[in-house]
Amino acid sequence: MISFTVNGKAVSVADPPSTPLLWVIRDSLKLTGTKFGCGMALCGACTVHIDGEAVRSCVAPVSRAEGKKITTIEGISPDLTHPLQLAWIEIDVPQCGYCQSGQIMSAAVLLAENPAPTDTDIDEAMSGNICRCGTYPRIRAAIHRAAEIKAQRGAK
Amino acid sequence: MPNNTKWQVLTALLLLGFAGAFLALWSQQSTSANAGKAAPARGLSSANALAEMGVTTVSATDTDAAAAQAAFERAYPVFVSPRCQNCHPSGDAPLQGDDSHVHAQNVKRGTDGHGVYGMRCQTCHQDANLPGANMPPGNPKWGLPPPQMKMVFVGRTSGELCRQLKDPKLNGGRSLAQILTHVAADDLVGWGWNPGDGRTLPPLNRPDFVAAMQEWVNDGAACPN
Repeated sequence: MISFTVNGKAVSVADPPSTPLLWVIRDSLKLTGTKFGCGMALCGACTVHIDGEAVRSCVAPVSRAEGKKITTIEGISPDLTHPLQLAWIEIDVPQCGYCQSGQIMSAAVLLAENPAPTDTDIDEAMSGNICRCGTYPRIRAAIHRAAEIKAQRGAK
Repeated sequence: MPNNTKWQVLTALLLLGFAGAFLALWSQQSTSANAGKAAPARGLSSANALAEMGVTTVSATDTDAAAAQAAFERAYPVFVSPRCQNCHPSGDAPLQGDDSHVHAQNVKRGTDGHGVYGMRCQTCHQDANLPGANMPPGNPKWGLPPPQMKMVFVGRTSGELCRQLKDPKLNGGRSLAQILTHVAADDLVGWGWNPGDGRTLPPLNRPDFVAAMQEWVNDGAACPN
């Protein structure tokens, strides 16, 4: 058994250690917000956090999660009030939406480390997340907006 | 100055000179004795691994510049092979593939050599190679040299690379002995000869590469011109 927490909840899974974490999250734990895109760490759709760091779950063996804290898109906030969620809704970022959970998980790491990112910071942080609908300008705008929301909350 | 005093001053100066020469010789000997101990470098594995690679002792007592230069020229193509130089780029982005193209996805070196934000090396690279062509290769230490010690291989001539490798200010503070230990035993260096599916190997095998580097050191570590 491999034990870890997902979105704050302790879990133990019997999947073989080399099973991609993505399969465990989607098939064993039934958290389907995280998407399969390429299976080769090329597109970013499957991004989750392991102890706060972004990881492409399609290539990470579940053994890497042992004893760690996993966060998926379902766990980014309990009530849709994460600044990124508010900004994403306000700016209406998604088109088809398939890549968006990965986009938000990468953006969350950026904002956690850099509360006021520039366009260059956003490009460097987000270039591993592909969007076939080309929503990049809205993604960038929404990250700036989320930074504002986060700053306003901090100021209160 | 009276003659008597002049002689006294001259004698004192001569004695000081002898003492200085003795100190210089003594410190040189003690440095080469230390070099001969093959001190373990950071994060390197055991002496057994070194023995297996044929690395025994380092003595810089023989100096044969031509032989040292020839030995380094033998080792040089390994440093500038894609497996080694792709993570020793001249810019701040890693390289990929046998054509050493800039890494896709705008990957950056970052402040610690391991990327930026959610684009860390370990975001995609695991502790081991993943099976299949074009799958991300892996190693627990996967990363670039940090920005303050870039250790660039790309574009360096054999002479330039050799002088850079020897300079502790440019090589991570390593002695010649530690460089030998590094090439012979470091796990990430060893990845070059176990690069996963679909990647070519360096032009020498590791034992031959290490033997060339040992010969370079033993012959006095002179650099190609």
